[in-house]
Amino acid sequence: MAVTRTNSGGIAGALQAYASLRRRLLIHPGVARLGVVALLLLIWEISARFFLDRDFISPPSVVVLSLGSLFRTPGVPAALWLTLYEIAVGFMLSAAIGAGIGLLVGLSRFAHRSFMPIILLLYGLPQVTILPIFVLLFGIGAASKIAFGVSHGMFPIMLAVAAGVQKIDPVLLTSARSMGASPSQVLRYAIFPHMVPSFFAGLRLGMTGVLLGVLLAELYVSTAGIGYFTSIFTQNLEPAKLIGLVSMLALIAIVLNEIVRRAELHYRRWRA
Amino acid sequence: MNGNTREPLPIRLATYIVQAAFLIGLLILWFLATNVWGVSSIVLPSPINVWYQLVDVIRSGEYIADLRVTLSEFAGAFIIAMILGIAVGYLISRSSYLSKVFEPLFAAVYAIPIILFLPLYVLILGLGPASKIALGATISFFPIVLSTIAGFGNIDRTLISAARSMGADDVQMLWHVLVPAALPVVLAGLRMGFTVALLSVIGSETLAALAGLGHRIVNLAENMEMARMFAYIVFVVAIVAFLNAVLSTLEAYGRWR
Repeated sequence: MAVTRTNSGGIAGALQAYASLRRRLLIHPGVARLGVVALLLLIWEISARFFLDRDFISPPSVVVLSLGSLFRTPGVPAALWLTLYEIAVGFMLSAAIGAGIGLLVGLSRFAHRSFMPIILLLYGLPQVTILPIFVLLFGIGAASKIAFGVSHGMFPIMLAVAAGVQKIDPVLLTSARSMGASPSQVLRYAIFPHMVPSFFAGLRLGMTGVLLGVLLAELYVSTAGIGYFTSIFTQNLEPAKLIGLVSMLALIAIVLNEIVRRAELHYRRWRA
Repeated sequence: MNGNTREPLPIRLATYIVQAAFLIGLLILWFLATNVWGVSSIVLPSPINVWYQLVDVIRSGEYIADLRVTLSEFAGAFIIAMILGIAVGYLISRSSYLSKVFEPLFAAVYAIPIILFLPLYVLILGLGPASKIALGATISFFPIVLSTIAGFGNIDRTLISAARSMGADDVQMLWHVLVPAALPVVLAGLRMGFTVALLSVIGSETLAALAGLGHRIVNLAENMEMARMFAYIVFVVAIVAFLNAVLSTLEAYGRWR
């Protein structure tokens, strides 16, 4: 498409190169997006290198270079793996509990009318206020973080599944039953295929919730795991390691979000 | 959902009874577990003690200092996020190219739990209110900016060209066409930002702070004063519910205008 003539030379060539760059940027906003990110990193690099206190902020180049020493810090890789494990377990539990209760509440009109307000009420509570209770009940290990992740992740999945089940055309269910399908066959062949898109939409929101819950609990417990290292790096004024650790967790969050987002897009196309 | 199918009275009554029974059942279970079955009060305090503590907290006015800290942090965070979010979102929405460049960027950051960066904010801004305001503003900026871009970006072209052909100048265009058309979506973003800012302020107080309601709850948990901690949790939940109700009223009023 964009033919670049390299051998024009001189001002005309420069103008042409500029015009072609401009055209290319206009066609591909993604390139400009990368440019914006690069510019932000550059501003951060320059301001941290020359204007800000090195005890409190590190330029991105130093952060990248110190990633090696971050991973050699005893306990850090283990803490990151443990967090990933907590997120995975929390996510699977949220999906199972959310889908189960969502189906129960969605399938019966009466249950929906009775329990939906209660579910919405619980979902609307500021759950972070009860974080200390989770830690007191489940200890400072993985259990409290998984439980807090599940308490954040299950509600969106529940709501999405319940809404998806309710949207199923009643004609489908009636005709399946009238053709002699058993309840389990109705569930397997009529309800499951139709709730797949809303289930995956719920999974995406659920993943955001699980990440929030697990990471909140990880940061809250300052005697073990991620929270221990963030407080150590803060006290020792090691901003490079702190930024590195936080960035690794953000990277994990981005990758996991992207996976569920792709899955959601895939299954939405599959049964639009 | 919203009353399109009015059920007959017995069914409606039955649903209310189930809801009430569920909540009352929980309370009775809580009472039995603590006062009869002897679950340790360190794990779960008795509801009666919690009630006395709650009355004491409110009567003594002990909560006022913490409430003031939390609310002022929240107000600062939300106002900053609102101004920046609407200004940046409006400017970006004026060009569909800029929207294409920035919207996915904001959406990607919005999906990260930004509370992760709290340790950094604390390192740079200290344990006081500044780090909470900055973090709350950061977290609540994203829903506001995204909805502002969406609100101003998806306005029906015919509205704009109709107003132009009738000779509207830029200011008239903004006030009589763009703002009314974008308002519902922007309001939805502001509502999201409001909730998120409130939660992130309380959350960051829970994680690292010197004062505030979240910090008070953690302090009580560390001292094993469980009944008083539960009382404060009930108090915070009530405050959040109250603020949400105020917001809903304002929103309804705004839509009606």
